Amino acid sequence: MIEFRHILAIAAISAGVFFMFVGSLGIVRLPDFFSRTHAIGKSDTLGIMLVLGGLALYLGVNVNSAKLLIAVVFVALANSTGSHALARAALLSGLKPWFRKESRGRERTP
Amino acid sequence: MEQYFIYLSVVLSIIIFVPLYRVVRGPTLFDRMLGASAIGSKTLVLICIIGVVYGRIDMFIDITLAYAVLNFVAVIAISRYLRTVEAKE
Repeated sequence: MIEFRHILAIAAISAGVFFMFVGSLGIVRLPDFFSRTHAIGKSDTLGIMLVLGGLALYLGVNVNSAKLLIAVVFVALANSTGSHALARAALLSGLKPWFRKESRGRERTP
Repeated sequence: MEQYFIYLSVVLSIIIFVPLYRVVRGPTLFDRMLGASAIGSKTLVLICIIGVVYGRIDMFIDITLAYAVLNFVAVIAISRYLRTVEAKE
């Protein structure tokens, strides 16, 4: 017997797996380190939050779903903070951002 | 419903292999570290789904929280270390 919240949980988990697939496609296809940081920091974090929230919705109201919601909040804080720290370290150690060939005119100092 | 979670874990373990390309042949050191961080944060979700399949989510969720903290500390420490290293193309 499938309840209504199980259907919502299946929809959330499938959407989360789709967003994680888009994020790991972006880390292969994008041309630069900073744009790859964009793919990991936003799309992947949204996918992980959707899957863990869907699992908490599937399990119902008990202690385990509360721990899953704590994990959702921690991932939302930690994953974006980690990718930001990596991008800042790359910019401080002198890695140049990627431009197109014809729009190289803007000078940027880190 | 059990069948759905088993298929989901198979699909997710195929998705985990995609950032391994960037870890193996990234141009810079930061690309490799970013790919390793992406693999770790996807493994966290796979541990949760395996816990639901086995019916022991009360044990696996603690492993998930410890793994999330470990991944975060590793990324912060290595980015603090890489700040002093000169970047090579």
